[in-house]
Amino acid sequence: MISDFFRVAWHVMRKDLTVEVRSKEVLLTTLFFAVSVVLVFSFAIVREGRAPDDVAAGILWVAVSFSGTLAMGRTFERERYNDTLRALLLAPSDRPAIYTGKLLGLLVLLALVEMVLVPLVGLLFNAPVLAFPGTLAALLVLGTVGFSAVGTLFAAMLVRVRSRDTLLPVLLYPITIPVMIAGVRGTAALFQETPDLPMAQFWIGLLIVWDAIFITLALWTFEPVMTE
Amino acid sequence: MTKLNPLLIGLSAVMLGAAPWMIDRAPYESTMGLVQKVFYFHFPSAILFLVAALICGVASAIFLFGKRPRADGWAIAAAELGLLFGSLTLVTGPLWARKAWGVWWVWDPRLTSSLLLWMIFSAYLLLRRYGGPGSDKLGAGMALFGMANVPFIYVSVNVWRTLHPQTSVVPTLPTDMGLPLWYCFAAFTMLFIALLNLRARLEHQRARVEALYLAEDEA
Amino acid sequence: MRFCRTFLMLMALAVAAPVIHASAMQPPSQSEFVPVSDIPPGEQIPAMNIVGAAYGFVWVAVLGYVWSIARRLQTVEAELADLESRAK
Repeated sequence: MISDFFRVAWHVMRKDLTVEVRSKEVLLTTLFFAVSVVLVFSFAIVREGRAPDDVAAGILWVAVSFSGTLAMGRTFERERYNDTLRALLLAPSDRPAIYTGKLLGLLVLLALVEMVLVPLVGLLFNAPVLAFPGTLAALLVLGTVGFSAVGTLFAAMLVRVRSRDTLLPVLLYPITIPVMIAGVRGTAALFQETPDLPMAQFWIGLLIVWDAIFITLALWTFEPVMTE
Repeated sequence: MTKLNPLLIGLSAVMLGAAPWMIDRAPYESTMGLVQKVFYFHFPSAILFLVAALICGVASAIFLFGKRPRADGWAIAAAELGLLFGSLTLVTGPLWARKAWGVWWVWDPRLTSSLLLWMIFSAYLLLRRYGGPGSDKLGAGMALFGMANVPFIYVSVNVWRTLHPQTSVVPTLPTDMGLPLWYCFAAFTMLFIALLNLRARLEHQRARVEALYLAEDEA
Repeated sequence: MRFCRTFLMLMALAVAAPVIHASAMQPPSQSEFVPVSDIPPGEQIPAMNIVGAAYGFVWVAVLGYVWSIARRLQTVEAELADLESRAK
């Protein structure tokens, strides 16, 4: 039963990634968008050739959340355009497994984006991204999981709704702000002049709690919400 | 239940009208003085704000898992009242803070999370207003996520050190401050129940109108 | 050079100390309200306005909402009555 669940999730994820590898549409647009967000921020806050301290964490997370929203919207737009989501939901398999597969696909994509984004922010804003690689990675992974867990659910539900492009960020940001706060504060604790490791670990703990809540709720609501 | 609504609204209006005398007779708080009296409106609306979130979440869960269409009407009603009482909380709070703390707003956990909950209610209502068909289930899912924020708001002041008074001030209130508080709380609660009833009735009547139009189309 | 560095460090400390001090000395949140019978002097007028504004806002918002519900309910019930009479 459990292995069935993960087999379905694996196949859905592989399907998404295969489509992506062939077209590279979502990855490239999202990546470019993330880089543009970082550049827009640098124009907005850099004074006399120097960025103020302690902004790197905020910029990193804003870029992650903005580009994440874009990626979610695009992956489901593709399903809607070809009407393949209906086919996917008609498949005789667990709905939560389909959700998990979509979530995993999105996470792989966002992980690739973050691999470019983190060094870029470190380079442009003098952030010590390599000081605590494990802790930073944990913060990024947990934060992205929490954000995408809600985002995947909402994007899937919005497929059938009018004005879905504007509604996704409107619904997603208020709900996921706790995750954003934990991510930004934890990362800022690592990036500051004297890194505060216990503080970062505290925020990691909080992120784990939110991730657990969000994933449980999402798995629980996906089934009734997607039934017509 | 319908006959009760005007009665409840009238009674709460009279009680709220008389509230200034009750509040005037209450003693002044030692460090904050007169401005602390905002508390008598701020606390009831803040509690009802959280209660509205719980009602909205529970009604949405019943709608989603129990497949009862009427529960959706209660969820919308609770969300609109949450927005109303949240606005009361978020307006009276900064007024009080301006005098007591010297600033309109601080980014501490309780204030931030209350603003967040208010934004979740707004987003929910925007979705219901502009989402079109299919938005009811999505709204229900969103409300469940919003409800997850409520315990976080309630305990936030007790966990982090913030400027906001702790929730433990309320049970320790002396009688002459407690009495006007519970008086105002009773008035606000009656108002809340009556408005919730009316708003849910509006939604249920709308559903009936829609069903009738559908029946007419088929006939 | 060394003197310069020490001086700069001391200056930085002097600037930072009140900030650190202030952040460490953040007032604890109040855990109870102590009643007194007189208003502290010099507080009365603005605080009165603030309490008045809060009370006024509660009334305006609640009345506005009641009015909006009543109006919407009237429209819908009129429509309902119309539809029901047509259905008969």
